[in-house]
Amino acid sequence: MEENSVLWEETIQPGAAWSHVLKRGTALRLMDLEGGANVGAIFYNFECPVERYNMPDTLKAQHIARLTKGFVLYSDMGRILCSIVEDQVGWHDPIGGTSRAKNVEEKYGPSRYQEQRNDCYKNGRDSFLIEMAKWGLDPRDLAANVNFFSRVDVAEDGSMSFAVGNSKAGDFVETRAEMNVLVILNTCQHPLDPNPRYAPKSVKASIRRVPAPSADDPCRISRAENGRGFTLTERYFL
Amino acid sequence: MSGINLVESKLDPAKTIYSREILAGEPWIHPVKKGQYFRIVDLHGNQAVDTLFYNEHDYSDRYSAQDTIQQQCNIYLTTGTKLISTAGTVLLTIVADTCGRHDTLGGACATESNMVRYALEKRHMHACRNSFMKAVIEWDHGMSKRDIANNINFFMNVPVTKEGKLTFEDGISDPGKYVEMRAETDVLVLISNCPQLNNPCNAYNPTPIQVLIWDGTEA
Repeated sequence: MEENSVLWEETIQPGAAWSHVLKRGTALRLMDLEGGANVGAIFYNFECPVERYNMPDTLKAQHIARLTKGFVLYSDMGRILCSIVEDQVGWHDPIGGTSRAKNVEEKYGPSRYQEQRNDCYKNGRDSFLIEMAKWGLDPRDLAANVNFFSRVDVAEDGSMSFAVGNSKAGDFVETRAEMNVLVILNTCQHPLDPNPRYAPKSVKASIRRVPAPSADDPCRISRAENGRGFTLTERYFL
Repeated sequence: MSGINLVESKLDPAKTIYSREILAGEPWIHPVKKGQYFRIVDLHGNQAVDTLFYNEHDYSDRYSAQDTIQQQCNIYLTTGTKLISTAGTVLLTIVADTCGRHDTLGGACATESNMVRYALEKRHMHACRNSFMKAVIEWDHGMSKRDIANNINFFMNVPVTKEGKLTFEDGISDPGKYVEMRAETDVLVLISNCPQLNNPCNAYNPTPIQVLIWDGTEA
């Protein structure tokens, strides 16, 4: 990353929620600071949030059940919200979903602010809903999420397993906004993380200005479907 | 093929409280009460039945593909699968299944996703998410596009490989195969009997299905 292109950066604390309108022409880089991070994320068209990230459309347009550099995140309207332009991890999970209060308590035990202050346990679902509410979104708007830095393997019989150690300290992934994208995210642990201890990790978020995708942009030419996705996205701004 | 759980139902189709054939390309919306049994029959084989479920008392609490596969730690739906909502409610349990595997990652076709997947000129073609929209508009209970969540594709076979590829395989269903669920709470069922003509999964030939409901006293 060219240092002078960075507009700002900040550390997102373990178990914290975060949101930002990632403007078209900027990119969000997320760096795993300690190794083993998980970032649950949902994406909306900021101007019309009823258009939002669509897991099945993203998977079937690209015939994938993992995300890495060269793939894009589709909305339900055939447009590309974000492109993955850099990735040092190689596999990010689009199917595993997020944690909820009941599972977090069963897994890690009870936890209250009264005793633990800011170390009390968070869960992904409540973190999404609270952060979404700040933008006027409610449970009807809760969509399937991406889990950056986490990997879920699927065996032949369909069983899912969480890959421990998928992401190392210093690994980063960068998503370029192709629209003005409301990003809602949190650093809660992956719901299938077998770690018996509550141990979410921090990440660094960096925002920088980036050029518009060129005619030979790797995400655009990675497959014919994505070429059409970029066409539909660019038409939206005409 | 592994990961399938074939179980036949003991319910008598002559004793239903509701039975209806849904033609290809048609939507259907109907409540199913707690304790009732709900069956979908693939009358002609390999027909995609795009299906959504809602808590009938709170439509914001609806079927969640991610929560369902996460809870059972398996991407395929078959006998024994609990269909989980966004709030963690068990909406229905699959109690019988003569097909053996159903998909919930491939989602529903839409005019927009057809443009991306096949060609920009495909916008005019019939699509499930338009059928879902038509059904909820006519239902007139305040539902909108925000309520069109990620669905189940009954009778569709969409495996994930160990390399993380999503593949659309030939169907494993046949004429007369069915899947049957018990409602664990009052639910609203929304079906689009898929009109997709661009995908070989249904041999380019969408066909009718049958839906049946039993009141549950027989089971």
